Amino acid sequence: MSIFAKLTRSELRLFLREPVQVFFTLFFPTVLIAILGNIPDFGKPDPALGGARVIDLYVAIAVVFTLGMLGLQVAPLALATYRERGILRRIATTPVRPVTLLGAQLAMNLLIAIVSVALVLTVGRLAFDVALPRQADGFVIAFLLTAGTAFTVGLLVAAVAPSGKTANSIGTFLFFPLMFFAGLWTPREVFPGLLRTISDLSPLGAGERALHAAMTGSWPSWGSLTVLLAYMLVLGIAAARLFRWE
Amino acid sequence: MTVIDVAHLQKRYGDTAAVRNVSFTVDAGEIFGILGPNGAGKTTTVECVCGLRTPDGGSIRVLGREPHEPGLRAEVGVQLQESQLPEKMTVREALELWSAFYPDPADWRVLAGDLGLDGKLGERFGKLSGGQKQRLSIALALVGNPRIAILDELTTGLDPQARRDTWDLIESVRDRGVTIVLVTHFMEEAERLCDRLAVIDAGAVVALDTPAGLISHLAAEQRLRFRPSLPVDDDVLTALPEVTEVIRHGNQLEVAGTGNLLQAVSATLVAHRIIAHDLRIEQASLDDAFVRLTGRSTDQEA
Repeated sequence: MSIFAKLTRSELRLFLREPVQVFFTLFFPTVLIAILGNIPDFGKPDPALGGARVIDLYVAIAVVFTLGMLGLQVAPLALATYRERGILRRIATTPVRPVTLLGAQLAMNLLIAIVSVALVLTVGRLAFDVALPRQADGFVIAFLLTAGTAFTVGLLVAAVAPSGKTANSIGTFLFFPLMFFAGLWTPREVFPGLLRTISDLSPLGAGERALHAAMTGSWPSWGSLTVLLAYMLVLGIAAARLFRWE
Repeated sequence: MTVIDVAHLQKRYGDTAAVRNVSFTVDAGEIFGILGPNGAGKTTTVECVCGLRTPDGGSIRVLGREPHEPGLRAEVGVQLQESQLPEKMTVREALELWSAFYPDPADWRVLAGDLGLDGKLGERFGKLSGGQKQRLSIALALVGNPRIAILDELTTGLDPQARRDTWDLIESVRDRGVTIVLVTHFMEEAERLCDRLAVIDAGAVVALDTPAGLISHLAAEQRLRFRPSLPVDDDVLTALPEVTEVIRHGNQLEVAGTGNLLQAVSATLVAHRIIAHDLRIEQASLDDAFVRLTGRSTDQEA
């Protein structure tokens, strides 16, 4: 097994020892679908949503929720803690480069995201008859770009936060507004004009937009993909510039 | 054979010069101590040697190579000050993972046994005592089978027993042929372990010698205290070239001097048929040498 694989396995093991994180990233999105799916009105076609059901919308929102939790909370907390505790420095004295640990942490998060999303899609399909993504390739692209955007925001948080605790606070502070624009409390699809535009331009709002399109059978709009790529590029460069290894 | 060669090292952080002028060489197989008060530039110096920091001036060669060369990482094991592990990683997991980092690792099970960690393999890092964490840290520095081990403030925070155990361990590591660079501010540790020492103060080397050499050069004075069986005239003793001073404390005499003081004083006493009761010899310690060199004691913050 390569060192990267071993580090990723080690990160995964450490993650699985954090029950709160495991619950909110791996199971909560599915629990959310299960709860909403059991509200009778949410299972009926809604003319205000163009004939879609509320539960149909929430599957994509749950996917964004998973990525938001991992990208904004789990990854920055882990990385800032690694710096704070001198673990990145300690790795730097071995033949392994510290960036490998950073990569392993992100790979671990991506694995968790894939499992969690698979669970959401399966429960949505079997229990509440939510169709699997009709544009599968588009869904994969939208998923990866949204994950990339969420992790890039998280890297920037880890880059500027002096400690694990601060990283966690900044992550939480960002999580709620960003999830609001992604439609966690009220689906984006019923947002009025200006709010909708802001949402389209926000990182997780653009992600939800792309995922929602792929769920309903169309290719994600270039607008949403461009917004995601732009965030990854700009925030990624900022994070790389600002990231301190000690 | 020289394994580390540091010449005129300089390193600044903003306006403060952490290291102004540090030069020393470390020979293969020795335990080399870097001693100095807090803030003297010891850690910065070893961080430059480890390749973690880029010097602003001077040169460093480690095994003939530039310190930041990636190839050196497998040859140099490092135990950094205040470096931790994830709270929930177990001792076994840490040792296994770290041994995977190196091309030719030691058997981590044997290492864990040598360090008395074999009973703690399933314990999480966060649950270990300070001494156990420190021993794990040393194990991780040695697991790659390095030729050089750099250990920074190895025994800080350990209780006296754990400190002594760690010293035994360091000697056993040296016996395996590993060159050791030991950063410390404990005199006793330096005196006991190090073959040679560089004393660093305010970013510069102020002395470089064996512990015994440092003591004899800088604090050559010895003191004898005894209770003579018969009254002694001061002149009898001060006439001796070795004696610099005689002080009386009641019926006790304190004689200060240099060279072969004990021999000279006892010969004179015998000639006068005087017996020295409760004879004690006070020799300068490395601590005294250190105070002379740096103008402060090691307990004081710089």
